[in-house]
Amino acid sequence: MQTLDEIVAESPVFAGLEPAQLQLIAGCAHNVAFFKDERFFREGDAADTFYLVRRGRVALSTHVPGRGDVTIETVEPGEVLGWSWLFPPYVWHFDARAVEDSGVVAFDGACLRGKCEGDHALGYELLRRFAQVMIDRLQHTRTLLLDVYGDGSGS
Amino acid sequence: MHEEPVLIDPPPAATIDLDGLHALVAVLRDRGYCVVGPTKREGAIVYEEIESADELPAGWTEVQEAATYRLERRDDEARFGYPVGPQSWKRYLLPARVRLWQARKRDGAAPEFVEEPPPERPFALLGVRSCDLHAIAVQDRVFLEGAYVDRDYAGRREGAFLVAVNCGTPGGTCFCASLGTGPRAESGYDLALTELLEGEHRFVVEAGSERGAEVLADLMGHVATPVDIEAALRVTHEAIGMMGRTLDPFDLRDLLARNLDHPRFADAGQRCLTCGNCTLVCPTCFCTSVEDVNVLEDGAAERWRRWDSCYSVDYSHIHGGAIRPSSRARYRQWLTHKFGTWIDQFGTSGCVGCGRCITWCPVGIDVTEELAAIRAADGEVDHANA
Amino acid sequence: MATAPAAEAQPRGAMAPEPYRVVSRAPETADTWTLLLEPLGASIVPAPGQFNMLYAFGVGEVPISTSAAPEPGGELVHTIRAVGPVSRALCASEPGDVIGVRGPFGTTWPLEEARGGDLVIVAGGIGLAPVRPAIYHALTHRDDYGSFCLLVGARTPSDLLYVRELEDWRGRFDVEVGVTVDSAVGDWHGRVGVVPRLIPGAAFDPAAATAIVVGPEIMMTFTAKALLDRGVPKERIYVSMERNMRCGLGHCGHCQLGPVLICRDGAVFRYDEMEALMEVREL
Repeated sequence: MQTLDEIVAESPVFAGLEPAQLQLIAGCAHNVAFFKDERFFREGDAADTFYLVRRGRVALSTHVPGRGDVTIETVEPGEVLGWSWLFPPYVWHFDARAVEDSGVVAFDGACLRGKCEGDHALGYELLRRFAQVMIDRLQHTRTLLLDVYGDGSGS
Repeated sequence: MHEEPVLIDPPPAATIDLDGLHALVAVLRDRGYCVVGPTKREGAIVYEEIESADELPAGWTEVQEAATYRLERRDDEARFGYPVGPQSWKRYLLPARVRLWQARKRDGAAPEFVEEPPPERPFALLGVRSCDLHAIAVQDRVFLEGAYVDRDYAGRREGAFLVAVNCGTPGGTCFCASLGTGPRAESGYDLALTELLEGEHRFVVEAGSERGAEVLADLMGHVATPVDIEAALRVTHEAIGMMGRTLDPFDLRDLLARNLDHPRFADAGQRCLTCGNCTLVCPTCFCTSVEDVNVLEDGAAERWRRWDSCYSVDYSHIHGGAIRPSSRARYRQWLTHKFGTWIDQFGTSGCVGCGRCITWCPVGIDVTEELAAIRAADGEVDHANA
Repeated sequence: MATAPAAEAQPRGAMAPEPYRVVSRAPETADTWTLLLEPLGASIVPAPGQFNMLYAFGVGEVPISTSAAPEPGGELVHTIRAVGPVSRALCASEPGDVIGVRGPFGTTWPLEEARGGDLVIVAGGIGLAPVRPAIYHALTHRDDYGSFCLLVGARTPSDLLYVRELEDWRGRFDVEVGVTVDSAVGDWHGRVGVVPRLIPGAAFDPAAATAIVVGPEIMMTFTAKALLDRGVPKERIYVSMERNMRCGLGHCGHCQLGPVLICRDGAVFRYDEMEALMEVREL
């Protein structure tokens, strides 16, 4: 069983941070388990947390009138979920639920935000890493917009 | 090249007069050939079935330039005193519209797909210039020398008797000399004629095959004198210096392959109407499409093959749309295929230097000029369209 | 270069179609059907990766890859997506109807070249249909290959082909199956996201792998990039290219892509030979 320190130190999203910074981040973390179909958060909820998925699968979805809940992305083990904690108005933009029994590490974003206000070096490092996560997701989302499997009719 | 029986003991060159030319047409017709030759019609010299040498365009020549073609009278009665008109011999070897097969549904049995037999009456093509001989050889590569043989083309080609004519009057858009495809016919013909106009109007005739030798024997000419042979060589030798255009063919394939994003293509694309004239008149352009039709009575169906052009938008259509919607892309496809990727696909260049595309382009786009411009600015990139 | 069958004496079924009777027509998704066809005349035997020209009486012909090795009786299996008048007519055919078949044409999947190493097959959308014969081959010659990863993408869960077979394959211990969709509604517990995201976590050794990638051209480009990022050499990635095709014989000129004719030199190509061509707009 890995400790939170070990999990944080080994996680690619925190690679390259100094030990003191890693320790600080681990101090804001705790393990959480979700049952299958259990909801993490709803669109519009306060976004003061971000997650690192350890096992299972988390689905991000939104409700489209006439189509129901549409899953637009799943987050897999090793991937980070959530960047809305970094930017005002600090609210979630999608619903999230576990599609399988899942284990995640939850990080207290509100607390980390406070720490970043005081330590800009830490703030810069975190923003840089989360910007990379957002860029990757954006690229993939843009690919989705191309609707490559569509028949060209736009339907 | 199309396989020819090797002429082991070629007969000596012969000289015939105008009567001999008439005899040539008559002998070929007697042997069952449909003789197709040049004739004047509606302001152009075109290829049609002729019944006698009287139908040849005696005393006429063509003035050709970019986007320009007109006939003018010569001050002699030369029968072959012009370069090439808008048509090429693909009209007969790869006809514009041909039925490939018919299918009939049968009660209680599988439908039968019956392939169309080639035409029974073979063609004798009279007046094939060296450039067009090379063009026929280029199309032979496509239809006879790949993994599949086109039966219709093979049947027509096998039976075709070729009477080449060595050029004495090249035109304003000719550049066969640059490509080594003329003006003198070297091989691939059954008979080759060189028209001599000084002194008595006569023709030096050489046989290039067994078939050709047999027909030559029927023509009652006399053995060509050294003077005549010399005169015949001089005709084509002088023609080399009369070409209207030149082209540097060095390394064209690689030049084009590394310049696919050259700004010249956008430039040409602005001028190009994508009318497809060039593909119609080009003697090597071979693209075809198929039409599947239902014949209403008794559930029969047919497939026809017709000429197509890479300039039409739906030529490159796959579900979702056309791959080459812009005129820039379509002009590039034609030019780079003709001079570059044709070599990758079939092992020869697709161009024979006949100049028809320059003459018949309504806006006068000149391939020699386009290629020279690309070569002069090798490596330039069109950042707006790349 | 992927291997092409040797040029031989003109086979029957090259220029005029051979008649085949529709034995069955099974729906795969809302716009895709699998036809089982039995020969009424000569048999045509496509190898994995090859395609036939399928003729709908009086309507026209389209190139369709084989989706399985022919049955012992010579029956052909073709999964067809209804996107145009001909494919729609083929998909609407009933058991007993006669269609025409010309072929087989084109190059084959690099199953020989891939022997002795890991095999990665990435299929997007209808791309799973032409690559299924390669999957069957790998499973019946399992010892010829090391790790075998099958990664599949589709628009939505209801657009996945061969769902039951995918589930069977996923249940095996000697194949890793990853499936992802672009979006999902309702009861889908699988991955949602683009196909290239399956590459980083898949269990294969890039230095010893051969990858086959089939699907829409953009999907193949992005997937190839992800494979290259993982260290798979360019010359061991294979793609399947598509252009307008009329004759299948190398005679009509339509299927040109730069220096190659897809009907003759493809549709299976090595990525190192295609990469530069795929980057040129409107080629």
